Amino acid sequence: MSERIAVRKTYKLFIGGKFPRSESGRSYLVQSANVSLASRKDARDAVVAARAAVKGWAGATAYNRGQILYRVAEMLEGRREQFMALGVPADEVDAATDRWVWYAGWSDKLPQVYGGANPVAGPYFNLSAPEPTGVVAVVAPETPALLGLVSVIAPAIVTGNTVVVAASPTAPLAAVTLAEVLATSDLPGGVVNILTGRLSETVPTLAAHMDVNAIDLTGVTDPELAADLEVKAAENLKRVLRPVPVDHDWSADPGLGRMTALLETKTVWHPKGV
Amino acid sequence: MFEYAPAPESRSVVDIKPSYGLFIDGAFVDPADGGSFKSINPASEEVLSEVAEGGPQDVDRAVRAARKAYEKVWGPMPGRDRAKYLYRIARIIQERSRELAVLESLDNGKPIKESRDVDLPLAAAHFFYYAGWADKLNHAGFGANPRPLGVAAQVIPWNFPLLMLAWKIAPALAAGNTVVLKPAETTPLTALLFAEICQQAELPAGVVNIVTGAGETGRALVEHDGVDKVAFTGSTDVGRAIARAVAGSRKKLTLELGGKAANIVFDDAPVDQAVEGIVNGIFFNQGHVCCAGSRLLVQESVAEQVLESLKRRMAQLRVGDPLDKNTDIGAINSAAQLARIRELTEAGAAEGAQQWSPSCELPERGFWFAPTIFTGVTQAHRIAREEIFGPVLSVLTFRTPAEAVEKANNTPYGLSAGIWTEKGSRILWTADRLRAGVVWANTFNKFDPTSPFGGYKESGYGREGGRHGLEAYLNV
Amino acid sequence: MTATATSAHSELTELGRSETALRTFLHGLPGVDQVGAEQRAAQLGTRSIKTTAKAQAIDLAIRMVDLTTLEGADTPGKVRALAAKALRPDPADPSCPHVGAVCVYPSMVPYAAEVLRGSGRAAGGTAPHLASVATAFPSGQAPLEVKLADTRAAVEAGADEIDMVINRGAFLAGRYREVYDEIVAIKEACGGDDAGRQGRPRAHLKVILETGELGTYDNVRRASWLAMLAGGDFIKTSTGKVPVAATLPVTLVMLEAVRDFRAATGRQVGVKPAGGIKTTKDAIKYLVMVNETVGPDWLDPDWFRFGASSLLNDLLMQRTKLTTGVYAGPDYFTLD
Repeated sequence: MSERIAVRKTYKLFIGGKFPRSESGRSYLVQSANVSLASRKDARDAVVAARAAVKGWAGATAYNRGQILYRVAEMLEGRREQFMALGVPADEVDAATDRWVWYAGWSDKLPQVYGGANPVAGPYFNLSAPEPTGVVAVVAPETPALLGLVSVIAPAIVTGNTVVVAASPTAPLAAVTLAEVLATSDLPGGVVNILTGRLSETVPTLAAHMDVNAIDLTGVTDPELAADLEVKAAENLKRVLRPVPVDHDWSADPGLGRMTALLETKTVWHPKGV
Repeated sequence: MFEYAPAPESRSVVDIKPSYGLFIDGAFVDPADGGSFKSINPASEEVLSEVAEGGPQDVDRAVRAARKAYEKVWGPMPGRDRAKYLYRIARIIQERSRELAVLESLDNGKPIKESRDVDLPLAAAHFFYYAGWADKLNHAGFGANPRPLGVAAQVIPWNFPLLMLAWKIAPALAAGNTVVLKPAETTPLTALLFAEICQQAELPAGVVNIVTGAGETGRALVEHDGVDKVAFTGSTDVGRAIARAVAGSRKKLTLELGGKAANIVFDDAPVDQAVEGIVNGIFFNQGHVCCAGSRLLVQESVAEQVLESLKRRMAQLRVGDPLDKNTDIGAINSAAQLARIRELTEAGAAEGAQQWSPSCELPERGFWFAPTIFTGVTQAHRIAREEIFGPVLSVLTFRTPAEAVEKANNTPYGLSAGIWTEKGSRILWTADRLRAGVVWANTFNKFDPTSPFGGYKESGYGREGGRHGLEAYLNV
Repeated sequence: MTATATSAHSELTELGRSETALRTFLHGLPGVDQVGAEQRAAQLGTRSIKTTAKAQAIDLAIRMVDLTTLEGADTPGKVRALAAKALRPDPADPSCPHVGAVCVYPSMVPYAAEVLRGSGRAAGGTAPHLASVATAFPSGQAPLEVKLADTRAAVEAGADEIDMVINRGAFLAGRYREVYDEIVAIKEACGGDDAGRQGRPRAHLKVILETGELGTYDNVRRASWLAMLAGGDFIKTSTGKVPVAATLPVTLVMLEAVRDFRAATGRQVGVKPAGGIKTTKDAIKYLVMVNETVGPDWLDPDWFRFGASSLLNDLLMQRTKLTTGVYAGPDYFTLD
């Protein structure tokens, strides 16, 4: 009896809920697999998909978004072994799962904590409420491959943003596998789009893109590149999250900062009268 | 006819010095290279005072003074004591409000009734509001013991000189920062009087520094290495340049920039109040308002009626001497701004929109522009897209609520918007869809220290006012 | 009146024939935002009227005063004194104009008429009008026949202006037709339109809305239109007998209504705030509001009146102050 020949997986991009190859037809060898090498055009396609998803996702009820994020945690829990096979430590998979659960619960609480009634000096109803800023470009941290990725995606989308994520170039398999989790979690297509490949190709395109509202530079380790991306982002005044130190402790309490940095506050006034 | 006799506010309540130095480390000092510029009254072109022009060395001196005050005095000071200084300042502004209002109208050109009834009460209220936060930061929702950032560089515009100063300085100081503030070059005088108020309040030296000058002074300030925080209110172009300048630095940045707000009037609007709201939205402060309702979107079925009422109402606007208590529209702030307004209105006419102004006599000297509306404007016209920052309204029409929202959002700006309808669910539906930081429903241009203010998209980021306004000055 | 306005006028007059049409029309009027209306009124109140403008305003305000006494304790003597004052408010100053009208109860009309139409009146000079409240003032709670008799009696006795009250109960219950018909009937009892029946004097009809009981500015606007559609010559805020009388914002809403009514029909209707206007400063705020809301066409005693009693003395004191430069005191003006 001969040993069974394994069926290998093709690691592709995740755009608009589908798994296309790079339109450039290129791939690169990393983690012993051929992974799609996303082009600038792929980045632009991903922005289009993310923009198309904004209306439905931002307009979904907070309860609905919370349930979907919780569903992601459920799916991730079920694929624990799969991530461990990619070399992700068990406790990191657990922490990533728990992080989805933590953020899932914020969907219908953050507007209460971060918004509220303002007691203006006059006969007016005045309410401030947070709203998603729109399409967010995210540079995921190089490591930890799964927990780092989840820690930047979940806070962006829980409030209704959609994201285009540039995955860790050196450890992209966890990102593509997470895409498979997302694709089976009732998350609408386009809410999360994942690009694998070189940051130098995709991220400058995203930073300069006029239809991107914010950029999270968390995973950028080169200070000069970070400054250059921030300059590009200034063209349409993107909201910018600056890089974090490489020794950042991803297991610590994340706080609200990653969510609130990607929110707009809208304040509505109305007179009170008869 | 009932002609109102002139009712001028006396300018003798304010004592303007022939020249002013820079306010650094608690004292007025001469600039290192001795440069100066004139601040004039835009209503008469008369020179009001000669003001020092701060250069890089002066900026450096001011930032060092602010750093020292932050480290030695203001940073370590208990919040309850910082609060008392801010309360003191609030009270002195109230006590000297007439003097400040007259000075503001002289230097800026805005009607005295606005500086008296809007700018001054709001400036005092802002200090009063943030004073109370100084010893309650642990309860502001930013976690336990949020820390100040350090030295804040603040650059403010000329449209609400003292009020913008209050919006910048009050939250910065409450959170424990020290500041170097650069007022606009055409309107430095109330900031310099505010410096005297800091002395009168015995605010520790270096906590507030005022460096006057033009764009280069501002650039030196925001680019200075010793600055931890940059806050700017002004044009989107300058905001963009500042965002580039601080890229890659540790400086936290908040920007409050331009706007091209849509004021949407539905067919069931309370029409008389809507007309007031349109007038207030675009002619308040000569239209020198970043959140001005400069695009009127009116439902086609009532467009004719609304325009007729609007024109009738505009004919009642009194343009002239800013110090006359009955003046509704004062002087345009500067020759440069007047040229910009003229250029854009000429473009509007050239592009085929119909221009209308009520007949009004404008003074011979000074900078003036009659209240103006353009009808027949489409989304493609420059006057529908670019910020004019003057008393010029572009009128567009729409047929359905969805079309109104689409047109309202069809701009790179997103600062404010107005909605006029008697139907509650339509207000909430529309407000939800407007991409703007402040939405006024059945009212317009209302401000309050407790109410966050700031934009979406290219109107900037960060909020001023309310609990949200503290975030810009805390390390959170 | 243009042809279009005439046809609009007749179309609008038709509304009164159907309860449904009337209701649909009144409920279709644009709403009034309370906060916005009050802010606009307050803003107009900050106008600074000084020197020559103030002198002009004071004389105009005196000419617009409906000098009023509506007390159970009114007597012929009191009314004669009031009428005398109406003719010559400041006996020491012949340049002081007479007031717009004297306003009294129907039973007091003959005594006021004696003075106003009698020997006291300067030869060839004009005299104040003589207004009488009628229609079971102030409640309006009497059978229609009684109200009509009340009105006719006042007109026969010499009143050339009738201040009627609407039936607020019917209005608030939504019985607009009933209110409308009553105004039409009272107008008829006043002598109808200018082509009134021979031998019967024609009196102008002022319709009191009693805005303090209407609850909302939307109702004030509806009641204003209802009164105008039914033929009222003036709309008036209040009887002065309920806690809330004339206010600036209520008057603003009524001014907007007469402005819009003229634009729609070509017919001009007057406005009379009444009750609670006590000082020159208050009166000038109203004049500013008239000036900037409906314009100079209404800045005339034929189209705007103040229903007031103590206001006149304050106007006179301020008038003296402007001419002499010295503040006067109440001892120097007659108490009537």
